[in-house]
Amino acid sequence: MPIQVLMPALSPTMEKGNLAKWLKKEGEPIKSGDVIAEIETDKATMEVEATDEGTLGRILIPEGTADVAVNTPIAMILADGENAADLAKAPAPAAKAAESAPPAEAKAEAPQPKAAAHPTAPAAVSEPEPEVPEGTEFITQTIREALRDAMAEEMRRDGDVFIMGEEVAEYQGAYKVTQGLLQEFGARRVIDTPITEHGFAGVGVGAAMAGLKPVVEFMTFNFAMQAIDQIINSAAKTLYMSGGQMGCSIVFRGPNGAAARVAAQHSQDYSAWYSQIPGLKVIAPFSAADYKGLLKAAIRDPNPVIFLENEVLYGHTGEVPKLDDYVVPIGKARVVRKGKDVTIISWSMGMTYALKAAEELAKEGIEAEVIDLRTLRPMDTETIIASVQKTGRAVTVEEGWQQSGVGAEVAARIMEHAFDYLDAPVARVSGKDVPMPYAANLEKLALPSVAEVVAAAKAVSYR
Amino acid sequence: MAAPKKSVVVKESGQEKANGSPPEFTKAQELAALRDMLLIRRFEEKAGQLYGMGAIGGFCHLYIGQEAVVVGMQMALKQGDQVITGYRDHGHMLACGMDAKGVMAELTGRRGGYSKGKGGSMHMFSMEKNFYGGHGIVGAQVSLGTGLAFANRYRGNDNVALAYFGDGAANQGQVYESFNMAELWKLPVVYVIENNRYAMGTSVSRASAQSDFSKRGASFNIPGKQVDGMDVRAVKAAADEAVAWCRAGNGPFILEMQTYRYRGHSMSDPAKYRTRDEVEKVRHESDPIEQVRNRLLAAKVGEDELKKIDAEVREIVNASADFAQRDPEPDPSELWTDIYR
Repeated sequence: MPIQVLMPALSPTMEKGNLAKWLKKEGEPIKSGDVIAEIETDKATMEVEATDEGTLGRILIPEGTADVAVNTPIAMILADGENAADLAKAPAPAAKAAESAPPAEAKAEAPQPKAAAHPTAPAAVSEPEPEVPEGTEFITQTIREALRDAMAEEMRRDGDVFIMGEEVAEYQGAYKVTQGLLQEFGARRVIDTPITEHGFAGVGVGAAMAGLKPVVEFMTFNFAMQAIDQIINSAAKTLYMSGGQMGCSIVFRGPNGAAARVAAQHSQDYSAWYSQIPGLKVIAPFSAADYKGLLKAAIRDPNPVIFLENEVLYGHTGEVPKLDDYVVPIGKARVVRKGKDVTIISWSMGMTYALKAAEELAKEGIEAEVIDLRTLRPMDTETIIASVQKTGRAVTVEEGWQQSGVGAEVAARIMEHAFDYLDAPVARVSGKDVPMPYAANLEKLALPSVAEVVAAAKAVSYR
Repeated sequence: MAAPKKSVVVKESGQEKANGSPPEFTKAQELAALRDMLLIRRFEEKAGQLYGMGAIGGFCHLYIGQEAVVVGMQMALKQGDQVITGYRDHGHMLACGMDAKGVMAELTGRRGGYSKGKGGSMHMFSMEKNFYGGHGIVGAQVSLGTGLAFANRYRGNDNVALAYFGDGAANQGQVYESFNMAELWKLPVVYVIENNRYAMGTSVSRASAQSDFSKRGASFNIPGKQVDGMDVRAVKAAADEAVAWCRAGNGPFILEMQTYRYRGHSMSDPAKYRTRDEVEKVRHESDPIEQVRNRLLAAKVGEDELKKIDAEVREIVNASADFAQRDPEPDPSELWTDIYR
């Protein structure tokens, strides 16, 4: 029976890709290991190698097709002795390819499809920022693009801003966040470092002490544990230890928390760790607009800023105000969805659970108010308290661990400032108290779920 | 960052050590070196006294015995060059020209201290004098100092950064991460390894597989040199060479300063790891200050002139101790300032 070639998943978080080019024609013989096609993901262009031998019987997805879902059959390989007539015997495709789109532009970095918001990212109930004037045009961007634009804009604005990290320049970013920056700003300002987190974090802090404004990218925050001494002891504490004489304006940024199927050492959420440190500001946005506006604010801030991104969110799209200089103030939470019955407080990836849960709860007549903290330090206690005073009930949602977590801090602040308004103890939904497992089912269990948020919201509502 | 294309001449390590005498100082240089070293010596002796009286708390690492290193290095610098070091930092600050009163008042935790009393012995800074600290984590200043050099290169100026660290810090991983980047990017940084023979209580031979620290950059092609760190003239000559190398855009340079600390690692060190005889031998045979004094006397500089220097230094030190004990503690409101700017 002919063999199906399926659209491969080329990264832990890839869900779809563009079929850029076929390198073999129908009827051509194929050996195991031959490169048969090129696939563009949102991070890179990758080659697909054949794992079977035979003849390329039929191409099912023509080149130039965008948004082909992982596991969609893209071609059929005929074994020895089979011919075109055998193709009909092949099993029905397991998944449907996306609608054919016009051919992508022939360049290595495919533009992000201007698709609707990612299915796992519920559309935020749009409450315009106070800083966005009425009538402002919005553009649809991925979070990855929003981050890149934020850095590019700040680098154009201030010659002291530069970016350093592993694979930020020639590779165009391990997650393609720095795409195009080397081409625009050159090797002086977009600097590939050796794999030495401790060392280059220290070099960055030293450069900041000398007055430059580095943006230090960690490929992921898991690797920043190697550098945490420089971040905390050197970057966060020096202003105080010098009596205000010497501080450092520096941003440490990169993906934080669980990606997908990369197991314990690559899946930790550091929100609570950094948010404990006086001297640091800690930002962990959810929406594309906030990613852009807050990164610009972080780069301008004269203090060391931890900017926690999320790999799963990089490909998500959102509406970003088309303004020359869109800067979102640090330290302000945002009420993303209004409601009167229960307050759900989250940030970054946790917002995906919170917003979906709010939709579920609405179906059952519970109106949840959802707050995106956006900044973890300084924390916007006021917005939390104002909401809890209205709803009398609160649920926190985070992917990180519960003990000494950010949810624990939020719960304590609610207790301190709104105890008399509470109609139920604050509930915490969090990552489970285990190292992140690899197996898909266990990983899912280790992370929070929409069902857990719904259950917690009902529990505090006594429903 | 693109590196300039220059062939790197790797010099033989340790070859010039003790090859005859270093270049002579002029009388003015000898007098200046004597004065600066004496200031550090007397300052540190006073700090030791104040510690004993309970006026200084916490950790207090004295620089006595190592004075020729910072004084000789400083003589090779120009305006704009930066200095950064670890926790044994009082000598470096005085050599940079920082005010003795501000340093002593920081030791006593008073509001007139360089860090308003919030940093203490190990954490002082002066933007005015290009002194970047004063860092308490062993080895951290090496990466930070490399970052200072990075800023010089980024700005395209010809300033050089000096990153001082000890034989103990020389075994830290980030030191080698920094060496790699400094040579890769040709950063203008002189790594000054102050080998005082003991990392706290562990002798070099018990902690270092390669005890020739000038070779510690060999695998990165960083040239290095062993220097008699007890002879201020040798230090100055080596500093001139290293600083010129960096200023010309050739990348980093390592100087191993062979020196000795007379006092314990900190004030609470019983110094059981070495004999009293060992300390006395160094004091009598190679004290950096006595070397200069003897040369000056041999050159027929009068005792009076030397006594004048002694008196001037004592007055500075006494005034600093006086100020540091009279100056008020920081206002309680200072607890909440300087966390963010």
